[in-house]
Amino acid sequence: MYSKKVMDHFMNPRNVGQIDSPDGIGEVGNHVCGDIMHIEIKVEDNIIKDIKFKTLGCAAAIATSSMVTEMVKGKTLEEARAITNKAVAEALDGLPPVKMHCSNLAADALHAAINDYMSKQGSKMEFLSK
Amino acid sequence: MRTIYMDHSATTPLDTEVFNAMKPYYTNRFGNASSIYSMGQEARKAIEKAREQVAKLINAFPQEIIFTSGGTEADNQAIISYALTNKDKGNHIITSAIEHHAVLETCDFLEKLGFEITILPVQPDGLVEPEVLRKEMKPSTILVSIMHANNEVGTIQPIKELAEISHEWGAAFHTDAVQSMGKIPIDVKEMGIDMLSGSSHKIYGPKGVGCLFVKKGIRIGSFIHGGGQERKMRAGTENVPGIVGFGKAAELALLHMAERKEKLDHLTNLLKEGIMETIPSTLLTGHPEKRIPGSVSVCFRFVEGESILLMLDSFGIMASSGSACTSGSLDPSHVLLALGLPHEIAHGSLRLTLGKDNTEEEVKYVLEVLPKVIGNIRKMSPCAAVN
Ligand SMILES: Cc1ncc(COP(=O)(O)O)c(C=O)c1O
Ligand code: FES
Repeated sequence: MYSKKVMDHFMNPRNVGQIDSPDGIGEVGNHVCGDIMHIEIKVEDNIIKDIKFKTLGCAAAIATSSMVTEMVKGKTLEEARAITNKAVAEALDGLPPVKMHCSNLAADALHAAINDYMSKQGSKMEFLSK
Repeated sequence: MRTIYMDHSATTPLDTEVFNAMKPYYTNRFGNASSIYSMGQEARKAIEKAREQVAKLINAFPQEIIFTSGGTEADNQAIISYALTNKDKGNHIITSAIEHHAVLETCDFLEKLGFEITILPVQPDGLVEPEVLRKEMKPSTILVSIMHANNEVGTIQPIKELAEISHEWGAAFHTDAVQSMGKIPIDVKEMGIDMLSGSSHKIYGPKGVGCLFVKKGIRIGSFIHGGGQERKMRAGTENVPGIVGFGKAAELALLHMAERKEKLDHLTNLLKEGIMETIPSTLLTGHPEKRIPGSVSVCFRFVEGESILLMLDSFGIMASSGSACTSGSLDPSHVLLALGLPHEIAHGSLRLTLGKDNTEEEVKYVLEVLPKVIGNIRKMSPCAAVN
């Protein structure tokens, strides 16, 4: 059912956990069905220095979370924002069709974390310009 | 790697003794049971012997047993053929919310044909309250179909009471006994059952064969049309090896019922207690006592079922789950929801169903592995309460 890569990231997920005082937090999910994905990022000079995740969901959800953290670590925010759920699924050598929605969670959580960081920066800038 | 099979409600391994009984009917005794030469008549005799073996398991008369392609076909025939044959008496059918899809989808089909379907709710332990059935009965009710034992949570229904209420209103009573037949005693006469579905592959028999018991005097037409097999109740050349295997499996189930139950009760108690002791935030589902032997069903909070299954599989342990992520849809199993479990609890469901060949040592291995697996998944879970 799953590719070798999915199983590898599911059985040995990368970057699980949380960051001390993260710069951005993204949490998305379907609280009704119970799947939740939580991503935290540390940003320095526009670059994602560190990223951690916690996920409640199926193997595809866990593997896409793990993969997305690997793909964007060390990348600029612009590069990270350009990552799509499709790209994550492809990096995992594909997902079964019924599991494509799980990869949305990963990309969405990442984008939410970046937006959170940006809006915090925005409010800091506003504060400085006053 | 060692493998531990704990998914006997899904299917069971074929018993060697059963396989040996079947083999000749694949090879030198391959005749068609409708042929008049001796090889055909040998096949005929073998089918009739199997019919006696299956009938005996539920205290029916052999003539009351129709062999089918499995539990699903038996459910379809019981409900559709009974409804169509008796539609002059009424158009109302009652079933329960925790039935197998073979019953629920069949009722759905009849609803589209114009029948009125009532789906009874169940208690949190999975029991259908007889008084709830009584309230829904009316003069147009022709059929009540309520399963004997549930495949997901193991709950055993008060069949005798439910059948009595159905009869008070002149309705026939059908039960899907796929999960109970051969595991606990069934006496169709004493329990007042008019129709009963059974399946061979849940009791160490071959797949693709089952039976429908239809009590003498119950009016029901054929479901599969064609030749005159099964007294014109089920057309099609008989699956002779399959039927022979089902017969043998039924005979063995009756012979070993008490000892199998005793062993399974012991193992499931160990497993249940072990799980509850070592894994916090765990809920047992289904009825605490009225359960089919060998069935352990639980929900672990803050985890998801598919991840549990895949991690257990990496340790060689095979089980199943009713979580939304394993269902292929976004909804958890209709059974867990019907018990009133919230989505997020049903999400962490795990069903371990033991069989006659599981050992205490295997239960201990599962009790070593399972807490680690749940612990690992919970470490990844964003639900703060456990972190
Ligand atoms: C309660 C119940 N009814 C019906 C069936 C279907 O039986 P079969 O697989 O023989 O078609 C099953 C098995 O999955 C079952 O558990
Ligand atoms: S997270 Fe539920 S199906 Fe993937």
